[in-house]
Amino acid sequence: MTRVQEQVDAIPGRGQGAAPLLEVRDLRVTFKSRGRRPVKAVDGVSLDVAPGATVGIVGESGSGKSVTSLAALGLLGKRGVEISGSVKFDGDDLLNMPEDELRAVRGKEIAMVFQDPMSSLNPVLTIGRQITEILERHRGLKGQDARDQAAELLLSVGIGDAVRRLKSFPHQLSGGMRQRVMIAMALACQPRLLIADEPTTALDVTISAQILELLRSLVVDSQTALVLITHDLGVVAGLCDQVHVMYSGRIVESAPRRALFANPQHPYTTGLLASVPRLDQPRGVPLLPIPGSPSDTLPWVDGCAFAPRCTRRVPESVGCPPALLPLEGSEPSHLVRCVNPVPEDHT
Amino acid sequence: MSLSQGVEAVESADSSAAGPPEEAAGGLWRDAFRRLRHNPTAILGAALVTIFVLVAIFAPLLAPYDPKVADLSQIRPGDFPGPSREHLLGLDSQGRDELSRIIYGARYSLLIGVVSLAVGATLGVILGLIAGAFGGWVDSLVMRLVDIMLSIPGLLLAIGIAALLGRSLKSVMIAIAVVNVPVFARLLRGSMLAQRRSDYALAARSLGVTRSRIVLQHVFPNSLGPVIVQATLALATAIIDAAGLAFLGLGSPDPSIPEWGRMLAETNSLLATEPLLALWPGLAIVLSVLGFYLLGEALREALDPKLRR
Repeated sequence: MTRVQEQVDAIPGRGQGAAPLLEVRDLRVTFKSRGRRPVKAVDGVSLDVAPGATVGIVGESGSGKSVTSLAALGLLGKRGVEISGSVKFDGDDLLNMPEDELRAVRGKEIAMVFQDPMSSLNPVLTIGRQITEILERHRGLKGQDARDQAAELLLSVGIGDAVRRLKSFPHQLSGGMRQRVMIAMALACQPRLLIADEPTTALDVTISAQILELLRSLVVDSQTALVLITHDLGVVAGLCDQVHVMYSGRIVESAPRRALFANPQHPYTTGLLASVPRLDQPRGVPLLPIPGSPSDTLPWVDGCAFAPRCTRRVPESVGCPPALLPLEGSEPSHLVRCVNPVPEDHT
Repeated sequence: MSLSQGVEAVESADSSAAGPPEEAAGGLWRDAFRRLRHNPTAILGAALVTIFVLVAIFAPLLAPYDPKVADLSQIRPGDFPGPSREHLLGLDSQGRDELSRIIYGARYSLLIGVVSLAVGATLGVILGLIAGAFGGWVDSLVMRLVDIMLSIPGLLLAIGIAALLGRSLKSVMIAIAVVNVPVFARLLRGSMLAQRRSDYALAARSLGVTRSRIVLQHVFPNSLGPVIVQATLALATAIIDAAGLAFLGLGSPDPSIPEWGRMLAETNSLLATEPLLALWPGLAIVLSVLGFYLLGEALREALDPKLRR
């Protein structure tokens, strides 16, 4: 494996026909607080999302996947946060957009669904009020028109008896219902991009399957682009065309779904796959956790951040950060950031 | 606003047969109300407050005599008729019926408490809302002002203001209102800061809801819980402060007005011979204040997120 040092990363997700809808280039987010070392939560992420594409971002807690999406939409506070790089949506630079223009994009062009539906709805307002608020804001609907549209939205996300449900308060709904409401709110203005940040993490397995099915029927099938942020490879396997695996603020592997599951190349990806319980394995086979914790990282400037936990560590892992590049002989859309990638026959 | 919506939520949750009970258990006010009903402290507090309010409202019906009419014929220096069938709590030094004065006194205590609290809390909430909504230098300015006011002991500030404005019921109300302003401002601002970081505020932002709407419709109503608890507790303090100011001679200049604090002050010189005359207004103050405190503390507990299941 020979690599030219200081190589520039390839762009994950690029070259899929049309101009990208979302174009993230070298996004860096640093949290600074007085008296502490600055934390590089996102450390040079680049990715493209084509119109209508479904992209998964996978990684464990603290890998920077949520921060990436919050930074892209300008939802991180101003104080103590340093953001650089560029995020373009349909050619418009989101990072340098004035706040009021950005507000017009949020909810209308790009919408988000969050992890915890228990706390993402305002407890003192009826869900009807919360949905019509979005319709008023972006589509100028008022009064009965807005209520009719809201009821239709609830029906479309599978909530029956919608007119009565509009008068419900969030605490009167179950977790799955609340997440359906959140999805209805996010889709209220038919956005072109939906970012779902761990949309099923707080839900039961059965409910989570229903929500994923809902996302598939409403988002994927209607050609809305979807960025699905999750730590669950199973969720990704069911929905996404393209998968980016993040570790410690950088993308370490990026591949079309099939290629990623058939031929994972980064030791972190194989570690993630090995640590998921599978029904087709015989009983008694122990799960293989990744040793160590995400806090045992190396700063990327000193080499591969995963090296302290990596079973395939070689002397070259430390010293110079590896670049994100396709392996020789593999598809150009399958990129990996590793000096000692997992050979194809490994799994 | 949030309270009435919370009550609506409770009612609609009760009337709709939707779902198992744990599904509906998340409602803040519904939850709090259920706990209050099972808390003996809250029931005792609520009972005391209810009695106090009813007595104040129906004073003309309950009082056996006119509290301002003096019957000096029965009074001799150093010898006041004690409790009797005609005057259940006896007569005061001016020959006025003590029971009637206590009953009418509830009116003044409630009036001063409610008016001063309403004014003080409203101003405080407005200041807190401004600080919490705008943040930045506006927040700093308002909060430093509040710090200055809080650095002066409350009763001292009230005495100063009441003395400055002259003896009247109005100046007592203004004084107590001013003392309450910084307390409510600081409380609401802190509560709003916490709510602004909540998930639903972020979710609303992510869907493009404007800042003013998020603050007024989402953050503010959710920040009112602690303010309502504080209002209950502050009502108790306001009654004590009002009695204290009257005791110090800063109440109404009209000596015939039956204020509990003034009644205490009048018995000052009679303690050796007629201790009962000091006991009645003291007891009235203690019981009414106790009622509000018990209710407020129970409400605080019921609303405490750490104690919620």
